[in-house]
Amino acid sequence: MSKVALDTLSVKLSQPFVERYFDRSGAEWGVVHPNALVEVVSALKHDPGLDFKLFGSMDAVDRLMLPEPHPRFEVVYLIRSIPLNDVIRLKVRVAELQGEVPELPSITPVYQGANWWERFIWDFYGIRFRGHPDLRRILMYEEFKGHPLRKDYPLRGRQGLLPERPIKDIYRGPGTSSVV
Amino acid sequence: MADVDVAPVLATRREEAMGFLEKMVSKGLGWARKYSLFTYPFATACCGMEYMSVAAARYDIARFGAEFPRFSPRQADLLMVVGTINLKQAPILKRVYEQMCEPKWVVSFGVCASSGGFYDNYAVLQGIDRILPVDVYIPGCPPRPEQVLDGLILLQEKIAGQRHKLVDRSPESPSQAQPGRNYKRTGPPPLEEGFH
Repeated sequence: MSKVALDTLSVKLSQPFVERYFDRSGAEWGVVHPNALVEVVSALKHDPGLDFKLFGSMDAVDRLMLPEPHPRFEVVYLIRSIPLNDVIRLKVRVAELQGEVPELPSITPVYQGANWWERFIWDFYGIRFRGHPDLRRILMYEEFKGHPLRKDYPLRGRQGLLPERPIKDIYRGPGTSSVV
Repeated sequence: MADVDVAPVLATRREEAMGFLEKMVSKGLGWARKYSLFTYPFATACCGMEYMSVAAARYDIARFGAEFPRFSPRQADLLMVVGTINLKQAPILKRVYEQMCEPKWVVSFGVCASSGGFYDNYAVLQGIDRILPVDVYIPGCPPRPEQVLDGLILLQEKIAGQRHKLVDRSPESPSQAQPGRNYKRTGPPPLEEGFH
């Protein structure tokens, strides 16, 4: 799966991939440089030989606790082609530079379906998408500070919106009443 | 012991008669109220399925008078919080509770509503008793319908033991009082400053 599509992209474009590799399940991945991302997905969608019209999903990986933590984030794109009955797996590596918000070009102008997924990744991983039409949080509330799926966000970092009634009767374990 | 809070010291025959009358009115109102609980099902998660089962023919919550699910807080007097309440939803739940008319009671249906359940994470409120006064907790993930009926009977017993008035001018509500049959009327505990 997706080998033909990746090969076709390699032929059509000059240097679309930084790297290609097979994962544990035998699926092939293409690692794209952030600057080439929009070009690659436009070719995927508009090239008649490729015809990847259905945007599947996006996700991100925070490699902070993994053996190779640099660059810190990986953004994963799964895009489908109905005529070819195929799915292509793309990956973009994003470094977190000191004191800067990690940033990627938005692919929403190409795939409308990526709109909410990019908002999701901004909400939970704090990766900003340059050129996104409306980059707001999508699931967490506006008052929330931080990005909860980052590995350095505390699991119980609750940021309540209401003052809580003091609960004294039941022991609920450490870290259950307030922020962090 | 049962009449301690109703008439502690009887001084005159007038007060004795008034106390007796109030007690009978309270008993009658309690009897009426415990068999006509209109439920507001605040169903947010999988426990909602179990609530439907309780409300449907097999378990039939109508046998206990809690027949009508009312989807307007103005018409309900029992708030059933069915399912996980996350922090984003807590203000909505609080607002629904505040819109309900007195007298009102709250049942926490399932572990997620009662304590957050296994969602001990950044997004979930660790029990609705952190924002609302709760009368009955029903454990279970989700609770069996029999447990829910048991919880409802407990609530009915509690309502029957509470003090009811024809005209209640006091600012506190019975639902915010201490649990138990012979409760003393107290206000809600004060909120701690800077508590998140």
